[in-house]
Amino acid sequence: MRSRRWTCRITILWLLMTLNDLTVVLPELVLAVYAMSALIWAVYSKGQQSGAALIWLTSVVLVGLAAWIAFATTGEKTAFTASFVDDSLSRFAKVMVLLSSAVVLVISQDFLRRERLAKFEFPILVGFAVLGMMIMVSANDLVVMYLGLELQSLSLYVLAAFQRDSVRSTEAGLKYFVLGALSSGLLLYGASLVYGFAGTTSLSGIAAAMVPDTTTLSAGHDVTKTTGLLFGMAFMIVALAFKVSAAPFHMWTPDVYEGSPTPVTALFSTAPKVAALILLVRLLTSGFGNIVADWQLIIASVSVISMFVGAITAIGQTDIKRLMAYSSIAHMGFALMGAAAGTSRGVDAMLLYMAIYLVMNVGTFAFILSMRRRNRPVTDIYALGMYSRQSPVHALSLLLLLFSLAGIVPLLGFVAKLYVFLAAIDAGMIWLAVSGGIASVIGAFYYLRIVYVMYFGTPGIPLDGTMPRSGLLALVTSAIIVVFGVVNLFNISQLSSVAATALFQ
Amino acid sequence: MDIILSIVTFTPLLAAAIMGLFLRGEDPAAVRNVKLLALVATTATFLISLFVLFSFDSTVAGFQFVEQRFWLPGLQYKLGVDGISILFVILTTFLMPITILACWNVETRVKEFMIAFLVLETLMIGVFCSLDLVLFYFFFEAGLIPMFLIIGIWGGKRRLYATFKFFLYTLLGSILMLIAMIVLWQLAGTSDIVKLLEFRVPSETISVLGMQVRGGLQTIMWLAFFASFAVKLPMWPVHTWLPDAHVEAPTGGSVILAAILLKMGGYGFLRFNLPMFPIGSDILAPLVMWLSVIAIIYTSLVAMMQEDMKKLIAYSSVAHMGFVTIGIFTATRQGIDGAIFQMLSHGLISGALFLIVGVVYDRVHRRDIAFYGGLVVRMPRYAMVFMFFTLANVGLPGTSGFVGEFLTLVAAFQYNSWVAAGAATGVILSAAYALWLFRRVVYGDLVKRAIKQIGDLSRREKLVFAPLLVMTLLLGVYPSLVTDIVGTSVQQLVDQVNLHAFSALDVQNYDSLAAHDTE
Repeated sequence: MRSRRWTCRITILWLLMTLNDLTVVLPELVLAVYAMSALIWAVYSKGQQSGAALIWLTSVVLVGLAAWIAFATTGEKTAFTASFVDDSLSRFAKVMVLLSSAVVLVISQDFLRRERLAKFEFPILVGFAVLGMMIMVSANDLVVMYLGLELQSLSLYVLAAFQRDSVRSTEAGLKYFVLGALSSGLLLYGASLVYGFAGTTSLSGIAAAMVPDTTTLSAGHDVTKTTGLLFGMAFMIVALAFKVSAAPFHMWTPDVYEGSPTPVTALFSTAPKVAALILLVRLLTSGFGNIVADWQLIIASVSVISMFVGAITAIGQTDIKRLMAYSSIAHMGFALMGAAAGTSRGVDAMLLYMAIYLVMNVGTFAFILSMRRRNRPVTDIYALGMYSRQSPVHALSLLLLLFSLAGIVPLLGFVAKLYVFLAAIDAGMIWLAVSGGIASVIGAFYYLRIVYVMYFGTPGIPLDGTMPRSGLLALVTSAIIVVFGVVNLFNISQLSSVAATALFQ
Repeated sequence: MDIILSIVTFTPLLAAAIMGLFLRGEDPAAVRNVKLLALVATTATFLISLFVLFSFDSTVAGFQFVEQRFWLPGLQYKLGVDGISILFVILTTFLMPITILACWNVETRVKEFMIAFLVLETLMIGVFCSLDLVLFYFFFEAGLIPMFLIIGIWGGKRRLYATFKFFLYTLLGSILMLIAMIVLWQLAGTSDIVKLLEFRVPSETISVLGMQVRGGLQTIMWLAFFASFAVKLPMWPVHTWLPDAHVEAPTGGSVILAAILLKMGGYGFLRFNLPMFPIGSDILAPLVMWLSVIAIIYTSLVAMMQEDMKKLIAYSSVAHMGFVTIGIFTATRQGIDGAIFQMLSHGLISGALFLIVGVVYDRVHRRDIAFYGGLVVRMPRYAMVFMFFTLANVGLPGTSGFVGEFLTLVAAFQYNSWVAAGAATGVILSAAYALWLFRRVVYGDLVKRAIKQIGDLSRREKLVFAPLLVMTLLLGVYPSLVTDIVGTSVQQLVDQVNLHAFSALDVQNYDSLAAHDTE
């Protein structure tokens, strides 16, 4: 009798604690419940329209969650013994992830319908991927980190192969899966090494394990411990570099981008990058913040290699999706420059960079999704010959986005680069900023080439020229943002700097 | 808070926006409206800028009409003009209506053409007005986009090569400057140009990659800024983008390029290199001098051998810009006065020369010199105008070309007589190529059938040349018009540079000169 009462009390206590934890993860919970119930509903409903309806519904849910996270939650809360954290950084990242995924869903709708891909699985898989990303950006523990990453990756593997009848899409899915599995393996290996040497999976515990202890250091004990941690850290960095498609771990990117259906490519190039970058930064600054010097050079080299590989390899590309793949590699290099600084200013710059990058990429993909000729999608950039005559507004918007992607003033893309350069120089890495500058000049060439085809090229068979209203809206809005954003960045710089300080307390 | 500079800067942009949003249609009336709007907007900008000029107090050395607002984090929107920059603003606003008028015959995509020019005008004025490093960079670089389109869309046969070369060449130069700007901003803790002018960049010798760099950070940053401005100006040997860009650009594009865009390089030297890195300037001045002398002699010789009229004038621009760099880096009152004068005068003269080529190009669509000959028979007025500007380009006393070259040569003699001698050779060579061009195109017998029926200047074309002619003559006979305005600011600049940089010997030299000046 007595023992039962105790059990009861403990259960109630446990429930209360969990309840508290659950309020912290409520947005994730809502998304998970939504995605699962949508799955059940869609499986049992026989209607053909369920796909299109679910796309809209999912994007509404994502936007709603973004608004909720942005406006209704404040402060820093942790859950499940601090393995899950809800701070300003994770909120900033979640809003970016949710909004960009929602917009990608909306602009993809027309493409999916035309290509008969508007099946209900699509929005549900996107929902699960987004759930994974939300967990990733909040992860404060190696296990939770892995959980989020795998949930995201598994959903994305399926999405890459979503066009089952297409050989290339299937190939893309397989390639992505094999290489992704390899990187997951590396991550697990690194995480287990770190756990073995630090004795804990929580990031704060790992950081505590690396406080230099002079007494044990003399005994030679601490040195081995750090070496093991360093090995683990290096493996994890490599795995995450795979996920953000930073060179030299970028090999899968062009093939997967080219093979996947364009809406999936649009998704790949936006939200998952943010999630993986935030994860990387949190791991490095919260977990390995005491040994900045040890990882700074790795990240800086990855950044330089990415910028140059992205810029140089893209020159020969004529497929716009492949080109955007290399462009995203280069952009990840620039974003990593902010991470390499290892300062709050650097993270701030990186967040701004990603926010601006999302706007530019979503706009550009809104255009790419509408590129059709005789009702079939085309991705050859020479199909745009003299496109500026055919639809001046679309062409002008794309021109602005491309110049912004190239980082030419006075567009927003330049501001993004300016702040990462500033962060790098602030951290004493002038060479990094100089190589970034040179890479951006090389990179400017291939963006300019698209402009040249549109404005001075030879006209070919014209494109269909129809663009769904949602796509046009996204294209023009993002073009307007990259032009007028330079006035005050819509004040997101305040939010990003608050978010960045969350890591450095 | 003075907002007049913002008004001057953004009026053209406003007109461009109106044009883009409200004016539609391809019919002649709509096209005419577009052109008229462009003309009215640029003229209005000119008139407003004249108002700035007349209320400008030339006895004060500092910045006037300063406007300051918060902008992106760490940056500010700050505009202002001093004696050095105001005349470039006026030059820009003065030349724009003329250019628009000269481009009246553009037929393809008129609206886009005019929008590109109006946007470009805003950016050019912005360069000369901005008092914040990053704002300056914004305006300086953004000009590439409209120019890229102007050459690329309305250019000649090899426009693609030319426009890409122009874009990437200038971009590479400016990226290095951007990095140096960020470093400067970090060092001084501000991006405000007014404060940076007082800031002294460390000049202790440092070693980079095992090399001992005298002047330290100043030298390195000087070089980074130099990379950008030397490409823009352009200086030998990074001038090769200029002839290509000029040849392929439409007439209006060439005029703007030669008359204003190149001046941004010289302005940059005056605003950044010389006052912010005086020790770097002192150490590297010989480099600039000899590069300039090579530029003057080499490009003059190259100009002589050109078959293409536009290319010839483009090379002559490079040679004339050599005088500018010599003048600036003598860091004396005469030198800098002369350099500014030379830039303004070259803006008028080279603009006019490109317009002169444009006149015959509009009629027969040929630019090669051999195609012409004996034009004086059919086009006497044209020949008059051509002769006047040819002589101005040579530097005939009484035209503005003379004053600038003379002042810089005087300053160069005090610096190093060999430099002066080399530069003076350029004056002779310029007479050779300019007069030879004139002789081949205008004199001789009119034997070519294709130009037998060519017509003289129309009323619009006369209207285009008249203001340029008047100003060239006016500045030639009354140079104080310029030197009075720039004087105080230049004197302050020179004092500051001397204070910071030059050795006691130089200061003595300078004092005796100053005494000589006051006598």
